[in-house]
Amino acid sequence: MKKFLSLLLALTLVLSMAACNGGNGASSNPPSDQKDGADSTSSEPTTQDVTITVAALASGYEEAYPGMWQEVCDAFTAETGIKVELICDKNLEDVIGPSMQGGDFPDVIHLATGREKGLTEQFIKDRNIAEITDVLSMNIPGENVKVSDKIVGGFTDTSVTNPYGDGKTYLAPMFYSPCGLFYNAGLFAEKGWAVPTTWDEMWALADKAKAEDPNLYLFTYPTTGYFDAFLYALMYSVGGADFFNNATTYAEGVWDTPEAKECFDIIAKLASYTNPVTPAQANDQDFTQNQQLVLDNKALFMPNGTWIVGEMAEAPRAENFQWGMTALPASKAGGSGASYCWLEQAWIPAGAPNLDAAKQFVAFLYSDAACAIFAKGGAVQPVPGLTDNLEGDNKLFYSIYDNGADAAMGNFAAYEAVAGLGSVREVFLDPVNNLVNGTLTQDQWISDIKAASDQMRANLMG
Amino acid sequence: MRPSKSRGRFLALCLAPAVILYFLFMILPTLNVFRMSFFTRGAYSPKETFVGTENFQALFKDAKFITSMQNTILLIVTVTIITFFFAIVFAAILTREKLRGQNFFRIIFYIPNILSVVVIAGIFSAIYKPENGMLNSILSLLSGRTVMILWKDQPMVIVSIIIAMVWQAIGYYMVMYMASMAAVPATLYESSGLDGAGRLTQFFQLTLPLIWTNIRTTLTFFIISTINMAFLFVKAMVAKGMADVGLSFMYAQKDAGLYGYSMAAGVVIFLFSFLLSALVNWVTRREVLEM
Repeated sequence: MKKFLSLLLALTLVLSMAACNGGNGASSNPPSDQKDGADSTSSEPTTQDVTITVAALASGYEEAYPGMWQEVCDAFTAETGIKVELICDKNLEDVIGPSMQGGDFPDVIHLATGREKGLTEQFIKDRNIAEITDVLSMNIPGENVKVSDKIVGGFTDTSVTNPYGDGKTYLAPMFYSPCGLFYNAGLFAEKGWAVPTTWDEMWALADKAKAEDPNLYLFTYPTTGYFDAFLYALMYSVGGADFFNNATTYAEGVWDTPEAKECFDIIAKLASYTNPVTPAQANDQDFTQNQQLVLDNKALFMPNGTWIVGEMAEAPRAENFQWGMTALPASKAGGSGASYCWLEQAWIPAGAPNLDAAKQFVAFLYSDAACAIFAKGGAVQPVPGLTDNLEGDNKLFYSIYDNGADAAMGNFAAYEAVAGLGSVREVFLDPVNNLVNGTLTQDQWISDIKAASDQMRANLMG
Repeated sequence: MRPSKSRGRFLALCLAPAVILYFLFMILPTLNVFRMSFFTRGAYSPKETFVGTENFQALFKDAKFITSMQNTILLIVTVTIITFFFAIVFAAILTREKLRGQNFFRIIFYIPNILSVVVIAGIFSAIYKPENGMLNSILSLLSGRTVMILWKDQPMVIVSIIIAMVWQAIGYYMVMYMASMAAVPATLYESSGLDGAGRLTQFFQLTLPLIWTNIRTTLTFFIISTINMAFLFVKAMVAKGMADVGLSFMYAQKDAGLYGYSMAAGVVIFLFSFLLSALVNWVTRREVLEM
């Protein structure tokens, strides 16, 4: 009896140890795999039995053309023989997050910066992303063209792809979409209003609209998160590239310049012209109701991206409603407006088990075959000639830069995470809600930004 | 001696699986939270540096953390008082009074409890909608002019959350109290009635003291679960930064890449809820009445 019991106890112990090891085993294996992967790709034929894991965000594009990512993965397998296991989810962070905390990383991740969970930002801050500068000079699988030749100039030069400002590329530029102010073009035609090209015209229009219909406000926004593209474009149109670069790297004294003051003044004034129900609905639950304000002619403009057309496709709307999109107005007459180019990124985590196969996959994303599949979902990559084939609303939206608007690209520089120092969104954008509802003054907002900006500069990465 | 020894072994063996599982999945992770709160690290990188109590020092200087803890305390206090008041009153009415459709009311009150927070957030999004929302429409109808209260904006946002949380919690606790009130023998009420006690006296002199143990236990339950529920409601219902509570602060820090810092916040909230429960337990101590 005693022997039996001790045997049983020992068994439980061994079993529980094994259970613990299961998790560790998975994470301790990859490094050796990585070596194998490196060896095998140098001698081409053995790549056949490599399986890479690709994690891609199922965004509006995947919704517009379900199976888009799977099709690209299949095309990649057909071309290279490398098998692909695809994880495609709307809440990608929640799906891959836990296993990554356990040390089990996918090989390629398609997930942009600027999401609320900030997963990509965390990887940038931890220097946990594999460098892919060499991918730019790789040949695209199945084509005799270098990757860099398929990417429009300028798209691999900004902090969006080179987060540390050292000329090394860590994130591949994937889908881009121009952001701007969306409005009801039908209403403008009906009333005979011209779309404002300067901020002064904007304020004049606001008063004119208010006089006609007291329920018609100048402005609304879905959530404060949508102000990032707005702020970038505003800074670019007001101060040009130099001011934009200084501001996004938190240069000393940049928030005391006349350009910065103009930006703050415009946002504060815009807050006073914003439909007052906006902050009450500026949350993840109700943001579509703010977008509905534009459809119902209760607000003239809102900052948004090209996906809005698909997102609100089913929503009721005012008669003769037609989507229109304009760049941010110029600060002075004769100046040029600006539109922020929102760019999604694909990247390889530093802990990816099959680094070389992953790089091939990233290169393949720029192949003609992949571009054609992505285009079916309406996703546009910065590849020359792709915008020529666009149709409908999208053709109009993507032509915004041809119509004289400056393209603003890049984002706020990465800084080391510091306790007590909020994110860019918390410091710069979230307070807009408080400006609208009057719980924060413009001066307080600016002084908070200055204080945080000093800390961000002190902790800049790179 | 032999029988008791083998009996002990048998007990140990029966308990072992539960104890091992509890240790592995509850105690160890909790200890790990405490350990990680002394480091700075990202959620996804294995690199970590020991910083001693720096995280805690920064935490108590962080205005956002202070505000979110204030919000947590405000929610705990108000939601607890309102929920318990209504739950006990409704339970007393439903058990003691002869009402038509008692079971119907019991089910109606209980339903919010089986809904997920996301569904509740959806329901309340329709109720709180500024234009043509249910609440504003009713208020407009009653007052005879257009009422435009922005429920999910400052300063009403915290009230909106309180209403939703109370609505969700009442049913569950009401059913609990109904169960314990039903256990109070009817003879006690009869004899007290003969002695001339009215309904209110009966409630305060008989019902409340006899279900006191139950109230104490559920109070501790409720306070701990409110810390968690407040986070879920705030997260699902309102914009970030409008009415952050302790746990949403903790979450936001994790997303900002400050895993150690968020663990420090977790430790403080853990100790806070622990101490609060102990305090409530101590304050509500009474001599247990036997029936």
